[in-house]
Amino acid sequence: MAMVDEPLYPIAVLIDELKNEDIQRRLNSIRGLSTIARALGEERTRKELIPFLSENNDDEDEVLLAMAEELGVFILYVGGVDHAHVLLPPLETLCTVEETCVRDKAVESLCRIGAQMKESDVVEWFVPVVKRLAAGEWFTVRVSSCGLFHIAYPSAPEQLKSELRTIYGQLCQDDMPMVRRAAASNLGKFAATVEPTFLKTEIMSIFNDLTNDDQDSVRLLAVEGCAALGKLLEPQDCVAHILPVIVSFAQDKSWRVRYMVANQLYELCEAVGPEPTRNDLVPAYVRLLRDNEAEVRIAAAGKVTKFCRILSPELAIQHILPCVKELSTDSSQHVRSALASVIMGMAPVLGKDATIEQLLPIFLSLLKDEFPDVRLNIISKLDQVNQVIGIDLLSQSLLPAIVELAEDRHWRVRLAIIEYIPLLASQLGVGFFDDKLGALCMQWLEDKVYSIRDAAANNLKRLAEEFGPDWAMQHIVPQVLEKVSNPHYLYRMTIIQAISLLAPVMGAEITSQKLLPVVITSSKDRVPNIKFNIAKVLQALIPILDSSEVEKTVKPCLVELSEDPDVDVRFYASQALQSCDQIMMSC
Amino acid sequence: MMGSESDAPPPPSSTPLDWKFSQVFGERAAGEEVQEVDIISAIEFNKSGSHLATGDRGGRVVLFERTDVKDNSTRKDLENSDYTVSHHPEFRYKTEFQSHEPEFDYLKSLEIEEKINKIKWCQTANGALFLLSTNDKTIKFWKVQEKKIKKISETNLDTSNVKSNGLGPGLSLPNGDFSFPAGGFGSLRLPVVVSSQETNLVANCRRVYAHAHDYHINSISNNSDGETFISADDLRINLWNLEISSQSFNIVDVKPPNMEDLTEVITSAEFHPINCNTLAYSSSKGSIRLVDLRQSALCDNHFQLFEEHEAPGSRTFFTEIIASISDIKFSKDGRHILSRDYMTLKLWDINMNSGPVATFPVHEYLRPKLCDLYENDSIFDKFECCQSGDGSRVATGSYSNLFRVFESGSKEATTLEASRNPMRRQVPTPAKPVRSLPSITRVVGRRGTEAQVTDANGNSYDFTTKLLHLAWHPTENLIACAAANSLYMYYA
Repeated sequence: MAMVDEPLYPIAVLIDELKNEDIQRRLNSIRGLSTIARALGEERTRKELIPFLSENNDDEDEVLLAMAEELGVFILYVGGVDHAHVLLPPLETLCTVEETCVRDKAVESLCRIGAQMKESDVVEWFVPVVKRLAAGEWFTVRVSSCGLFHIAYPSAPEQLKSELRTIYGQLCQDDMPMVRRAAASNLGKFAATVEPTFLKTEIMSIFNDLTNDDQDSVRLLAVEGCAALGKLLEPQDCVAHILPVIVSFAQDKSWRVRYMVANQLYELCEAVGPEPTRNDLVPAYVRLLRDNEAEVRIAAAGKVTKFCRILSPELAIQHILPCVKELSTDSSQHVRSALASVIMGMAPVLGKDATIEQLLPIFLSLLKDEFPDVRLNIISKLDQVNQVIGIDLLSQSLLPAIVELAEDRHWRVRLAIIEYIPLLASQLGVGFFDDKLGALCMQWLEDKVYSIRDAAANNLKRLAEEFGPDWAMQHIVPQVLEKVSNPHYLYRMTIIQAISLLAPVMGAEITSQKLLPVVITSSKDRVPNIKFNIAKVLQALIPILDSSEVEKTVKPCLVELSEDPDVDVRFYASQALQSCDQIMMSC
Repeated sequence: MMGSESDAPPPPSSTPLDWKFSQVFGERAAGEEVQEVDIISAIEFNKSGSHLATGDRGGRVVLFERTDVKDNSTRKDLENSDYTVSHHPEFRYKTEFQSHEPEFDYLKSLEIEEKINKIKWCQTANGALFLLSTNDKTIKFWKVQEKKIKKISETNLDTSNVKSNGLGPGLSLPNGDFSFPAGGFGSLRLPVVVSSQETNLVANCRRVYAHAHDYHINSISNNSDGETFISADDLRINLWNLEISSQSFNIVDVKPPNMEDLTEVITSAEFHPINCNTLAYSSSKGSIRLVDLRQSALCDNHFQLFEEHEAPGSRTFFTEIIASISDIKFSKDGRHILSRDYMTLKLWDINMNSGPVATFPVHEYLRPKLCDLYENDSIFDKFECCQSGDGSRVATGSYSNLFRVFESGSKEATTLEASRNPMRRQVPTPAKPVRSLPSITRVVGRRGTEAQVTDANGNSYDFTTKLLHLAWHPTENLIACAAANSLYMYYA
């Protein structure tokens, strides 16, 4: 065994543990690969470390994944871009692993390295890697190759380019559906690097083959390629080649293909231009909104606002709005929920009159929906409508909806509505809030579920921020302080929590006059949990209060707590005292 | 439906094959007690037929590999050497691993047996074998790979006195002000790994697909897309992505809102071998439904229903019980479905739902004894069925470790016994009565004499020795079948 100098000892351990039996240590060493490389120097990294990694690639996936990631940023350690090619062999072997996430990471790292390599090096080193992988015996290798073409292609000379295009075409017709799927999902990226003349011919014919694949899963990915290809083509070519495909996909037998179309369709509208959009894509979209399969309607409903933004308001009102009306009473709650989450965004698109006339009834009916998710989704986007038509028209229906949600028996629903209260408060204004919602906010402080109480306390802080300390002094603080004498200590704890959150917003004066006395009184609580929380709150209050107040009131209280019989109370009190002293010293 | 040559009707194979004993694994010595955990509960060939997997009640999976097909060089060597190459497939034990362990579901107070219900092979990659195995509740994805045994020979530090955990306290890596010389430190070196020629077969559980079934899983089936598979229990079928074990999609749900209305359960399910969107499942009422996954996310509506209507008046108490389908298998080209119910094998053309193309009686002589079979629960035994690669023959098991092979084109049948001498016992026909051999039923089960029925000819059937599981090699005439803990193979 060699002797190693003292400062090198940790690195020596790190290197040895590349082959430790414990996976955690191997992982740790791989994570420190850059340190190892620096310690070995560039030349030995190239000649020893990299070959070592190439040979020892039968490790656990976790280790391989880390290795694939580290190698992606390794150019620096092998001596710069000129030597980047030495990193290709270990990554090439990682591309063969059967675990998808390792392969994906290896491909990502290869792309990252390839993108930095000199053009001549790409041709000399990178392209052969791509060709080898594409001709690999196992499908895993060929899958990996599909993600590398867009890096290899631009640097290749004419003849090689044509060869690469041919190979890609073959991958799209591979026996294994996994390979065809990889080729389909990478087609967009590859096509972006191909010259326009070949794009229209070879790439389009590859694309057409994929769109006619037997496997639904391949066609599905071809749909995704539609939008990407559409953006690359000239509008007239897009209309000629992509449009018919997407229109037929929109009527595909497989609901999953239609689902993908519903998700992608709006992206194509820009690529094809207004005329074909009106003539072909709008009817296709309307069909999807009325699809038999709920999943397709969910996807289509979720894109209704994005789609309408592309169209003129007239078209939207004429074609899309009738469907939206139908969807608002759809039999599937998920469809209604998807619609509710985006429909408010249509208001700015349609303008004031159309919104009042057409959308408002839909909003109102969704606000009365039997499923809380639907109502919540409407409420969450209230600001979008407010800008267009003001809140008054909605407020009548809003209140019952909010109250009902506030008292829903599922605590997650209550939690969700609390999250929206500050938004509602800002939209509805102080007056409305005082009348209707203030009481609810106080009620939540005494909810049976901790998460609700916690959220309620936080909500008070956000409200105080929204409406200012003066308003809070009137409408929040007295009500909160009243509750501090609640017989149950858990509720008292919520109030203490609310006080500590409010204090920074309220400022020094109100804190010392109103909040601090209550906190000091509570320090005499009989429950230790309250007492050590008081210690924590006091610690938090110290920076807000001025130093005389701290010296006069806070410190004596903490001293008393630090002599408490309970160990936890003593602990937090002494911690608070320490920070107290620190702040005093720095003053 | 599909326009390939394989569509052509199977050649009229009039001559029954001459079945010969090939191999046996785990043969029982005379008088040896069968251990419950050793009883084979699943058999499956992989797609090419190069490997065979069995699962048992003890939760183990055993792999066998074919030995008679060698690469060219070896074959040449064999020919040069004065050695007769056997002309039927031969397998050898490859490895085994514990796939499932007994578990206890604390929420439902239910014991979960480790018994392997089904095994399915997945796509081979990088020379490693992949398979899915399932017990009643949990499916596991296994990778079996040869690993070279490696030894680390040189390290920087004396391993015997290095106890640190890499970067423990007091052992931090050099920080910023530590400078690395341009040439690196010459004294550091990488560990030297010496790999020996010895290899180790390692089975790794890659993924566990759990908590998706309230009832017992009866089948799993891979999709032709290579990325998804289904798992079916009594009431539901779930769709999984092989790479994602955290979620599955329910695609068939036959559970009525009120369990008292339950009249029918799912007994078996299989994907079409070519069409990725077609799925078949069978029911306890004797029907097979084809569903199209493209139609809807929840495939409650079938597009094709196969069932045979009993002639009115012939109904008995047992009609419904024996109609229950215990297994279905698509033919290799996907054109036909083979189904097994208690008394018969039926072959269906997926384009013809008026009735089966052929019905093969398996053990008609048991019909008068249905009452006894019901009494001792044998009537609920779940026999599997299989079809030859070319679709011209079908086979299924029966009692007394017998199995029968039928010619698709005719009513010809061969009865074989899972023993070293398969032909020693033919199905009793009045014309050719065969005397029962006491040795056939030498293993008396727990049911004792009650389980043995002697017919008019003096033949006895042992209901404890039932041949439930069997598989046909995908390309050759080779059947592997399980008789309790023994795996028998026959070729023709």
